[in-house]
This record gives sequence, C-alpha cells and structure tokens, in this order.
Amino acid sequence: MTQKTIAATALSREIREHKRSVRETALETLKNIQTLDVSVGAFLTVLPEEELLAKADAIQKKIDDGTLTGPLAGVPVAVKDNICTKNLRTTCASKILETFVPPYSATAVEQLEAAGALIVGKTNMDEFAMGSTTETSAFLQTRNPWNLEHVPGGSSGGSCAAVAAKEVPLALGSDTGGSIRQPSAFCGVTGIKPTYGTVSRYGLIAYASSLDQIGPVAQNVSDCAALLEAIAGHDPKDATSLQRQDCQFSAACVQDVKGMKIGIPEAYLQEGLDEDIREAILKAADTFRALGAQVETFPLPLTEYAIPAYYLIASAEASSNLARFDGVKYGYRAPEGEGLHEMYKRSRSQGFGPEVKRRIMLGSFVLSAGYYDAYYLKALRTRALIRESYTKAFRTYDLLLAPAYPTTAPKLGVSLEDPLKMYLGDIHTVSVNLAGLPAISVPCGFDRQGLPIGMQLIGDAFAEKTLIRAAYTFEQAADVLAAAPAGKED
Amino acid sequence: MRKQYETIIGLEVHVELATKTKIFCGCPTAFGGAPNTHTCPVCTGMPGALPVLNRQVVEFALAVGLAAHCGIHQYCRFDRKNYFYPDNPQNYQISQLYLPICHDGYVEIDTGSGPKKIRIHEIHMEEDAGKLIHDEWEDSSLVDYNRSGVPLLEIVSEPDMRSADEVVAYLEKLRKMIQYLGASDCKLQEGSMRADVNLSIREAGQTEFGTRTEMKNLNSFKAIRRAIENEQERQAELLEAGKPVIQETRRWDDNKEASRAMRSKEDAKDYRYFPDPDLPPVLIADEWIQKVKDRMPEFQEEKAARYVRDYQLSPYDAGLLTESRTIARIFEETAALSGKPKKAANWLTGETLRLLREKNMEPEALDFSPAHLAALIDLADSGTVNNQVAKKVFEKIFEDDVEPEAYVEAHGLKSVSDTGALEDAARKVLEANADAAEQYRQGKEKILGFLIGQLMRETKGQADPALAGEILKKLITLPPAE
Repeated sequence: MTQKTIAATALSREIREHKRSVRETALETLKNIQTLDVSVGAFLTVLPEEELLAKADAIQKKIDDGTLTGPLAGVPVAVKDNICTKNLRTTCASKILETFVPPYSATAVEQLEAAGALIVGKTNMDEFAMGSTTETSAFLQTRNPWNLEHVPGGSSGGSCAAVAAKEVPLALGSDTGGSIRQPSAFCGVTGIKPTYGTVSRYGLIAYASSLDQIGPVAQNVSDCAALLEAIAGHDPKDATSLQRQDCQFSAACVQDVKGMKIGIPEAYLQEGLDEDIREAILKAADTFRALGAQVETFPLPLTEYAIPAYYLIASAEASSNLARFDGVKYGYRAPEGEGLHEMYKRSRSQGFGPEVKRRIMLGSFVLSAGYYDAYYLKALRTRALIRESYTKAFRTYDLLLAPAYPTTAPKLGVSLEDPLKMYLGDIHTVSVNLAGLPAISVPCGFDRQGLPIGMQLIGDAFAEKTLIRAAYTFEQAADVLAAAPAGKED
Repeated sequence: MRKQYETIIGLEVHVELATKTKIFCGCPTAFGGAPNTHTCPVCTGMPGALPVLNRQVVEFALAVGLAAHCGIHQYCRFDRKNYFYPDNPQNYQISQLYLPICHDGYVEIDTGSGPKKIRIHEIHMEEDAGKLIHDEWEDSSLVDYNRSGVPLLEIVSEPDMRSADEVVAYLEKLRKMIQYLGASDCKLQEGSMRADVNLSIREAGQTEFGTRTEMKNLNSFKAIRRAIENEQERQAELLEAGKPVIQETRRWDDNKEASRAMRSKEDAKDYRYFPDPDLPPVLIADEWIQKVKDRMPEFQEEKAARYVRDYQLSPYDAGLLTESRTIARIFEETAALSGKPKKAANWLTGETLRLLREKNMEPEALDFSPAHLAALIDLADSGTVNNQVAKKVFEKIFEDDVEPEAYVEAHGLKSVSDTGALEDAARKVLEANADAAEQYRQGKEKILGFLIGQLMRETKGQADPALAGEILKKLITLPPAE
C-alpha cells in the first residue's frame, strides 16, 4: 500500500537543481493522494488542485529568484487537523468543529510557509487528539498502510499513515502522551516529540496545554531533523515557548555514537511487552554496542505512576481547554433547544464523541472541590517526582532506549472496546511528556505479522541533537526498512 | 425592645487598569469602538490562541500593592476559574486564586474617632469579560468582546469596616491612591471601579460573625451608602423576627432602593480553579519591586502638607488642590510660573472647581496650560483687566486654552483706567439717569450700585468698578454746571 517517492531532503535538492518543478511535485502528490488515500484514509481535507498549483507556482518563483534556498522549499507537507491553517478548515476530527475555518494560522504553519513548504492538506486524527488509534475521529477511518486491517495508531494517525504510504514525504503531528511516537512506530516512520517549549503551541488546538508539543513526522531521521529545524524557535505569542539558540538539527545527522552511554529502563522490558518487540529492542541495543556505544539496563523508579498521573493532568486541562466549544462563537450548535443552558448541553452532547466526553468528565471531576487535592495536586507532585527520576538517570546516561509501545498496531475495532487497556498501552510514552523531555521514535524491526516495530530514544531536556545523532547512526547502520517483509514495501 | 446590632463589612473592589492594551493580547483597551472591533483570536477565545501576560499589568498591581503596604508573592501564578457564560469566550476566566500577587496590607482611613486601619486580605490580577446585549425584540442575545481581556485588579479587604461612612472613606482613600498612581481612573459610574459589599450583623458585644450577604451592582457612593443602610436593616428585621439570614448574593436596585436575591450559597458554582498551564509563573525580582518603589508618587497627604508648609496655603485649600493629581499639577506649575501660589490656588479652588461642577466634568479632563493661567494672573494683578473680565478670560482658557494676552487684545477687553474717558462716560450716565443721581444726593447711597452698573454697561464692562464708583460720586456731588 505504498508508493515509491523520494524523501524530502532529496526531493528539495532535485527541485533546487531544476530537475523537477514544484508544480510537478504538487501534481504528483495530488495523484498519490487520489490513488492511495481511498484505502488509507489519511486526509480529512486536501487543498483544491487550483489553489495548490497557485501556491506551487508562487514557491517556484521564490526558488528561481533565490529567495528560497532551504531544504523544505517546494516540499509537500501534510498538517494534523488540530493545527490551525488560515482559511483552511481545521476540525480536530470532531463534529463540534466540522465547519470551523480558522481566521489565522498556527506559528508552526507560518514557519513552514516561510520555509517554502507546500501545505497540501489536513490529516485525520483521534478526536481532539484523544486516543491511540485514530478510531475516535468523527469523520474517517484511517488504516495502517502496512496492513489495512490494522490501525495506524494515534492520535497523529493520519500524519503517520500519509508519510508511511508515501502520499507526502513530511507531516506535522502533535504529541501529548505519545501521539507522534506511537503511530510513527505503528506505521514504520520516524517522528520526534521535541522538548516542551521548543515548537510554538500558538494555533495548536489544545488538548493538554502543559503536555502538548507539535513535532515532525518523516520517512527518515534527516528529514525529521530538517522539518523540526524549520518549526523550532521562540514565539512571543506563546508564553511557554523557550529561547533556544541550538536548533541546527540537520547538522546533528552525523554517524557517531562512540562512547555514548545508553540506558534501558528495566521496567520497560517487563511483562506486558510483546516478545517480538523485546527482541527488536535488544537487537537494537546490540547494534548500538557494535557501533561503539555502551548500553545497559537500569532501574528507573516510578514508571508505574506515569499513566495515572498523565490521565489526571491531561483530562483536567482538557476539561477546561475544551470548554470554549459551546455553540456560541463557532463550530457546531444544536438546532433545537430552549434557552442558553439547553443550547450548551445539546451542542456539546451532540458535538463531542464518547472518548472526549469521558475525559472531560474525568477532568471536571478531578478539579472539583474536595477532589482537587486528592487527585490533581497529587498528580502534579507525582509529575515532579517523575521529572526528578529522569534528571537522575541523565546524570549517568546520554540517552534512554525504550519501546514506543508494548504492541505493534492492533486490528481495527478492538481497542476502543476496553478504554482502560488502551490507556495502559501509553506506559512507554506518557512519562516523557510529563517530564517535558524530547524523544524520537525510529523503526527498529518487524513483528511476525510483518508490522513495523518502533523504538524510542529519550533524551534530557534540550538533547534533541544527541537523539538525532544516535537515531541517524542507527538508521544508517541497521537499514531496517530495507529488510521490510516481502510484499509490504512497494 | 430591639437589640443593638453591630454591622461588619468587607469589600471586594474591582478596578480597571489604565493599560493601553489588554492583559493577554495586544488589543486596545480604549472605550467605544464598534462591537468586536477591539478583538483578536486571543480575546475571543479562538481555538489554539494563547495568552501572553502584559507586564504593565504586573507593574500596576505592584504599585497599588506596595502603596497599600502589602506583601508581594514574588512567585505568583494565574489560575483558571471555570464557568460557562457567553460573555466569557473561553468559558474560563484567567484570574489568581492560589498565589495572588499582593497579600496582607492595609489602608488607613479617618473616622470620627481618629485614624483606623482597614486590612487588605489580597490583591489579584484578572481579565474582564465581554458584554452581553439582549435584544428582546428579536428574542436573541449579542455579545461584544471589546471589553474581554481588559485588565482588572481585585482588591479584597478584611471585614474591618463597621459603617457606611467607613466604607466610603475606604473607597475614597483607595480611589485617590490608585488615581495618584495612574493605575486607573476609578470611575464608579462608568464601571472602572466597582465595589461588592459583604455585610453581616451581630448583636453588640458578640465576637462570632453573623451570616453575610454579598451586594452587587453599586454604581455610586450614594448607592453604596443606601444599600448598606438598607441591608443592615433588612438583616436586623430578619433576626428580630427569629428568621435566619441566608448566605446569598443580592443585587441592588437603586431606583427601587431595595435589593433582591440573585443566588444563594446552595447553588454556588464550583469553579474548578487550577493553575493556568498556558502562563508560566510570574517571577518578581527584588530589583523590580525596588524600581516600582522608586517611582512611587507623592500621595495626597504628603502633597497637601507640603503646600501648607511651602506655599502657606490653608489646610482646606491644600486639601482641595490635591483632590486630583491633575489639579495639583496645574497648581504647582502655575505657582512656579507666576510666582504667586495663593492667586494660583484661588483660581483653581474657585473658578476651576465651579466650572468643573457646572460642566459636570472630571478634573482629569482639564487640559489648559498653566502658562496661560499664570499670564492671566499677571494681567489681573497689573490691572490690565478687571476681575470681571479676568473671570471671562479664564472661562475661555478653561474651555479652549486661549492665550490670554492675545485674547484680551483681540477682543478689546483692557480696563478703561483713563480718567478722562471714564468721566465722559460717567457724565452721559448721569444725564440719562438724572433721577437716580438726585436720589443719591438726597441720601439714598445704595443707588450708587445701580449707577456703577450703568457705567460698566456704557464702557462694555472694561471700567475698573472701584474707580467708576469714585468718579460717579465726585461728579454727582459737584455743583450742577451752568
């Protein structure tokens, strides 16, 4: 279920060398989407051809006159549908925003446009980024390009499936508790969750403000680095955005892990982990050793508290963040009903799906008088302790190696039957968000069914360059995708 | 016999800060403007928009807190107050609950029995809501977000006031202080200062507080006074009748001079406060506090004392001049330019205040230049214009800031002090009013006033009235001409 397309950095080189035009690239992309997306279902909205070509021509002009020289000039990019795009419908895959057309673009989108990237459309996701399978989308079932009977993961399932199917070389996702890393692992692509505050959240429709980060999804590490470099940086419109001077991520694509100390948290290899995944992770550890790194397991305390702390904090923030969707100002308003409160109730009851309602209720509960201290404050304290235990680990290790998820992509339709089990699957990803750390998800093998396995490299705050270097070195040495099971690639 | 009751009052005062832009975005705070024109994605609660704190708000909050002897939480935070209402576009208000910027201060007021400290529990920063307009005709409601995100300070007192007089004294004191700081214009009528009154009563001698009510919609000092008197009476009547006071919020209706219950504690909302994750904690360094302290203005008491000491003004005049920082400024500049502080004070406490009352204007709206007032003082002192004319010229300065010398010249308003010319005019007057002149000669001295008036009219008001009187007397008592 995939198309032969070249990766982003190579594509932009061809464009700059006039071996292909931006217009041709745009048309090819549209054709890819037309053929592939019928079965993959990655896109909620695709730019009309005329509009896309006009944009392509404008970019071409700037490339020709030397204004645009960067690695994203003319490269098609898909954007997750919780990132605002001016005059282009942005729905969060929710009925409540089905008709919402933002009057402004997210800072990350403006940065992409400034770099000459060609935004082709908006990708499907779990409703308001709540879910791990993209099955909570109100509109569309996205399928895993490696096996259409399986989910792509979530919540950035559309972005990862679009890249995996090679409909587009690059996509933006967002990661609140693993929403970039887990679908990247399921779809055999590379994705980065940056250090909190590295990419502006202005224009990202918030799920949980203290955890959300926008990040890149691509076919390989160097494309990911280039995309992250374009969207990183301080934004005066986001008070939580950081002043970072060290965002030259492409320069970190160097093959060298000699002397690097890598730790594997013991708890992450224990019960509940698929045997195929454990083997792939241990094999990756061997690859790193062979490349000159030191790898060992170590006890990382408190891992068992990450899931409850995450779901309490994320739901609490979500219950407040999603209050603005009330039928008054934009989005869905229930047609019938008497009076203000009836209008609120009906609009929200009809506009939100069950998973979103579940988390709003959970969040409202934990913030209620009498429960705030027992749940919310306790979760915040747990979060501080988890951060501390990572800080301690990074005194010894340059980075940590872990699975991205305990299983490979499940079959469609089974996960939502047991939400609690689905929540528990986030064990390997959520603590990274709680601690605000950067992590990259890279393909490291395939399971017996031929589904991709992803591993996660976790770094200390601001250590994206170390992550990128290690991931790039691994990718070049292991060449995992070349060993894809027959019949899957192509 | 009815028992003796003591009234216990605490206030929650909201003050709209005089920043140019809103608290969390760059939209203007200016009044007016067509609905929803002073708005952006942030203050209309668009999906994905984020707040960024306006540092001027913190600066004003610090200034007010320090002036009110408060402690400062140098690590303070914003919290979200969650409730659904369409005037609030995000359905939460960004406010401060857990760590308000200022805490534990006081304001000293004068009471009949000497000075009294009213303790301040806390001062916190928050955003204002939009305005709902109900269109009964169309059976619909419209919302204007121009006010959404205008910065507010909420100043919460301890229950330290015991009467309407103390409440008004406290509010006057706060208002003066905040106006002097330039942090707000504090107009009750326009809502840039709003006070909610928490009131309970207890039997005299008791130490436990009674159940309190909260009174809203008080738009003037007069309304506050009436509402307090009304509410203490209402509660006393309840207790006398053996009924309990219910903890509730009440709304004052100034036309009916009565309040009615809005909501009781039972249906009080759970606001589910929690720290706003979009706004990092505000860290206030010692240096910042020192900078704000260094910029503190001279407040009213100090200023008035200085006027008495340096300009030998009466304490009463010094008090009047310092009521408004604008008048005080005009006074000081005029005094310096003219070198005649007493004359400057007279113009400002007399004509200026009269005209402000007459035109129903706030002192802050005064914008004439002290140089023009100083020039007028010189013109009057040198006798170039008489008092009557000077008052007319002042009115022109007050209204249009005219340059007085040029104005007097252009309108021919100089005093007629040429005795010859005055005598000619006086003769004319006496000829035309021979009867009156005769009555004067026969001892009816009061009629001189009438004759002076006629002479002033003859000279179009430019005669010096004293001189006019002398000349008339001289001519009347002269033997009649042949």
